Amino acid sequence: MSKRVGMEVSIAVAEAVKLANADVIAAYPITPQTHIVEHLSELVADGDLDAEYVCVESEHSAMSAVVGASAAGARCYTATASQGLALMHEILFIASSMRLPIVMTVANRALSGPLSIWNDHSDVMASRDCGWIQYFVENGQEAFDHTLIAFRVAEDPEVSLPTIVNMDGFILSHMIEPHVLLDDEEVARYIPPFRPINRLDPDRPVTMGDFAMPEFYTEVKKSQEMALRNSRATIDKGWQEFAELTGRKYRAVETYKTEGAEILMLSMGALGETASVAVDRMREQGLPVGLVKLRLWRPFPSDDLLKALGGAKKIVVMDRAISFGAAANPVAAEVSSLLYDTEPRPCIFNSVVGLGGRDVRVEDFEAIVKKAMQGHSYPGPVGDYDLIGVRE
Amino acid sequence: MTSKQKTWTWRDIPVGAVVENPGSSSEYLTGGWRSQRPVFTPDNCVQCGVCYIYCPDASIVMTPEGYPDILLDYCKGCGICARECYMATFGLGCFEMVDEEEFR
Repeated sequence: MSKRVGMEVSIAVAEAVKLANADVIAAYPITPQTHIVEHLSELVADGDLDAEYVCVESEHSAMSAVVGASAAGARCYTATASQGLALMHEILFIASSMRLPIVMTVANRALSGPLSIWNDHSDVMASRDCGWIQYFVENGQEAFDHTLIAFRVAEDPEVSLPTIVNMDGFILSHMIEPHVLLDDEEVARYIPPFRPINRLDPDRPVTMGDFAMPEFYTEVKKSQEMALRNSRATIDKGWQEFAELTGRKYRAVETYKTEGAEILMLSMGALGETASVAVDRMREQGLPVGLVKLRLWRPFPSDDLLKALGGAKKIVVMDRAISFGAAANPVAAEVSSLLYDTEPRPCIFNSVVGLGGRDVRVEDFEAIVKKAMQGHSYPGPVGDYDLIGVRE
Repeated sequence: MTSKQKTWTWRDIPVGAVVENPGSSSEYLTGGWRSQRPVFTPDNCVQCGVCYIYCPDASIVMTPEGYPDILLDYCKGCGICARECYMATFGLGCFEMVDEEEFR
């Protein structure tokens, strides 16, 4: 096992891509993803990583280039954020429908306008339904580990789907954290060589990215949907093999101090670390509070979440994006529909926090929970949520 | 899609909907979304071949006798053949566009 090193999280992610021995990287620099691709371009230029680094003129081209390279059988990586992800949008759906196991880091950042370089989840929520496997990581070690796990799972012939690793921009991307890295030999054991199901090969020509009549399209979409749903078994296998290799265990849903909790907070990404400090403090005050952290966003881990949330009377769902004009914000909408049939149905509160880089403090979580403890709305009016910290 | 593929369930779709046999586009029957079909009556036909030339989808072939033959497996029902037909100028067009419902 390798030693613990202090390193910026973006650099650690780039080192993971190097360890995974990516063949083609096509990326366009955008804050706060820049350090990842800068470091990768250095690794390629210095001869430390034997890969093609394609300097493209836009994110639309970056995603298009990795679609082509992945179709040719290359292990492909890219990274982006915010406007860059928005510009990739149409190609995201093509990559997943073509079942190309591209790995992408999204250093989550708010969408314009107004222009904001800071963190929230509005970028990825706008591409929520793109058909990719999607993880949310909580800290640098998880970001490093999940970059490797993403390659392992995405390229498995049982899966063959692209994967997004979401990590909060700045809050994680620019943080210097301790990381336990792996060595080449360990990663080579964990990630087998990429053997694509189909690839562009002049000796065995096929048509990829073709046209479908109305008589066909529905069946193709069902087959894609089932591939994403069925990927869950391999995702779990990927985590299990990773635990055997490193001792670090991951699950789709993590729970923190949920025993006996009457009120549960639900968070994704880096919020989890702050929220767990808040739980510690509130438990010391004798409040029956626990935390549930959602690591796997797609395919949505319904069964795990039902189990984790079961028994709580009140659930506070944290969203880091607004779904303008919707019945509920993205995570809350998902959780509400999941829990609709549970008996007794818990009371669900929704807080939108940390938009465009607004700090979310331990005290904010405490205030959110204390308010929810006094709230009696059942099941709560549609579209009713708290935008935390907004000046009224 | 071929007639065989029309019975495919989602389980039969190749990964990524890849077409595994190249050069097979003629087997892909693309006429399924036609809402009207051209019905040909040879009585007025002067064998000019204008319909054959104008058909944007090469769905009309000329028979050895010099008459148009409409390939309904590919025809989208655009009606260009009926409109461009020389004899239509005289109200004696060779094609009548008929709703697909009539053939169900």
